[in-house]
Amino acid sequence: MSPNLKQNRIEERFQTLKKEGKKAFIPYIMCGDPSLEKTAQLVKLLEECGADAIELGVPFSDPLADGPVIQAAGLRALNAGVNLRVVIEFVKKVRTEKFTDVPLILMTYFNPVFRYGEDAFILDARAAGVDGVIIPDLPVEEGDSMAKSAGRQGLDVIFLAAPTSGDERLKKVARASNGFIYFVSITGITGAKLEISEELRSSLAKLEGPAQAGQKNQKPVVVGFGIRTPGEAGMVSALADGVVIGSAIVKAAAESSDAELKEYLLALRAAIK
Amino acid sequence: MKKGYFGPYGGRFVPETLMPALLELEAAWLASLKDKAFRLEFKALAKDFIGRPTPLYLARRLSDKFGGAKIYLKREDLTHTGAHKINNALGQALLAKKMGKTRLIAETGAGQHGVATATGAALLGLECVIYMGSEDIRRQALNVFRMKLLGAEVREVTLGSRTLKDAINEALRDWTTNVRNTHYVLGTVFGPHPFPSMVRDFQSVIGKEARAQILKAEGRLPDHLIACVGGGSNAMGLFNAFLKDKNVLMTGVEAGGKGIGSGEHAARFAGGEIGVFQGAKSYLLQDEVGNVLGTHSVSAGLDYASVGPEHAFLKDAGRVRYTYATDDEALEAFGLLSRLEGIIPALESSHAIAEAKKIAPTMDKDSILIVNLSGRGDKDVQEVARIKGEKNL
Repeated sequence: MSPNLKQNRIEERFQTLKKEGKKAFIPYIMCGDPSLEKTAQLVKLLEECGADAIELGVPFSDPLADGPVIQAAGLRALNAGVNLRVVIEFVKKVRTEKFTDVPLILMTYFNPVFRYGEDAFILDARAAGVDGVIIPDLPVEEGDSMAKSAGRQGLDVIFLAAPTSGDERLKKVARASNGFIYFVSITGITGAKLEISEELRSSLAKLEGPAQAGQKNQKPVVVGFGIRTPGEAGMVSALADGVVIGSAIVKAAAESSDAELKEYLLALRAAIK
Repeated sequence: MKKGYFGPYGGRFVPETLMPALLELEAAWLASLKDKAFRLEFKALAKDFIGRPTPLYLARRLSDKFGGAKIYLKREDLTHTGAHKINNALGQALLAKKMGKTRLIAETGAGQHGVATATGAALLGLECVIYMGSEDIRRQALNVFRMKLLGAEVREVTLGSRTLKDAINEALRDWTTNVRNTHYVLGTVFGPHPFPSMVRDFQSVIGKEARAQILKAEGRLPDHLIACVGGGSNAMGLFNAFLKDKNVLMTGVEAGGKGIGSGEHAARFAGGEIGVFQGAKSYLLQDEVGNVLGTHSVSAGLDYASVGPEHAFLKDAGRVRYTYATDDEALEAFGLLSRLEGIIPALESSHAIAEAKKIAPTMDKDSILIVNLSGRGDKDVQEVARIKGEKNL
């Protein structure tokens, strides 16, 4: 079953949130950590707890943008035999079984995509029901053409903006990114300590304002990296259109009881507004 | 050609956080090429601190033994700190200081690049952190002590295969975190643009000297050049000055480890396919879904899953021939050069000597072969003794 290519779940979700005056809660989990069954359960739980989109990590041998928590999760998933092909199959299964309708975004390093073949990846991922992809080692200069071909198929390539980007690059990223703009909160890797700096505030203000002035659609800006507590999630959500929480959820999913995990997720959801 | 690319190879595949730093570095490097004061300072240090020019030495007994071409050794082993790595590390350290960075970080495999970077940091009064895999820390213990003596902090990397690629991952994570005050001194012609071009530029002094030296000694250009290829900086350093001389043949020697069939090697051109790794598109040892494979070589400096993008380009263009030498062949060459010439070569450079053993006998007596002796083997003595047994040295 091929999905309606006109329909993009990410765009729709942000439109709904905007109408309702809400902010997006986007949890990240590593697909296949420690098994696909567990991932399926987590997807269900995250949806129940009010996730607006879910980032599914694709394990890779050399995750150079990730901190220890996601590195370890990736290793568990690799040991379970998970790779990009398996993740796409997983999404296909989830979608055909009408298991969830939450927007699903893959987070993968570039080499698995390159190896798969960019065009084949775009077609297969989209046909499976993937809505977006984040590739942390693919900057705008290298990924612009892929983003365009993916965009034509209804697959959003979401680019990262960083505190170091500067005005010119912020504009470039804002132009190239589809679905939303992923703003990295800190100079650092995933799971590092969050610092809500003046620079973060001013960069976010720029993205909301002049950087996108004159464009048809103002793209939502989502902040991630280093956000752990409901308090932090609340502070960041006040500055942006949504919040990504990765390492902290991956850690909780691996170490906490089901009840504790649910309580934590609900607290995050409640704080993001 | 697209900027930062060699044909389809190269590029800049890094997180956005690092992009501005790479652009800043590129601008500073390009400006330094036109900056007379910078060039003079670098030249003076190359002469008085590194000890350049290094000799081009006619290895008579080795030539006689192989029974063919005259073999000249480009003696990068005689540089200060004992390998060609210092040419690049010092150049980048100067550039970093000029950019106002106060902290240097580097990865190291064999430890030579770490020592060279620590030396540059000491000379210029910069803070220095070196990332090194625990497997390499074990087999290159001497260089670990040297780095510490030079005032650097050596951070052990216990992740993954615990060798060079894992040290690069950690260095990239550090750089992403501390990019504002830190320069990453990448040690080879790999990684994101501008590193492959910039490192080649700093190393090209090897070939420029060798070209002038051989013209003086023999009145003509050499017939063949040989260099070992890990990331490929000593090879690019030698080859670059001869690329336009169509009659000069060139061979790059990768680490054949325990043989290509064994799967335990680092021969990217023999066993790899195109991929994107640690910032660059090039040949890569990877599995069918794009995960990077483990590598093996007796020499820590060649033990790496990918290879400089310009080498990939030169391979496809047919300008440079790439082959490999196994661990056993390299170990044999290590012993041979020590006994015949009184020169203990680094295990990395021993791979180039091993190839000379194959090529030289096929060449005429009056033909000329230049082998880049990229480093000295003091650092390897302990590991070789462990492998061969002290009695069998």
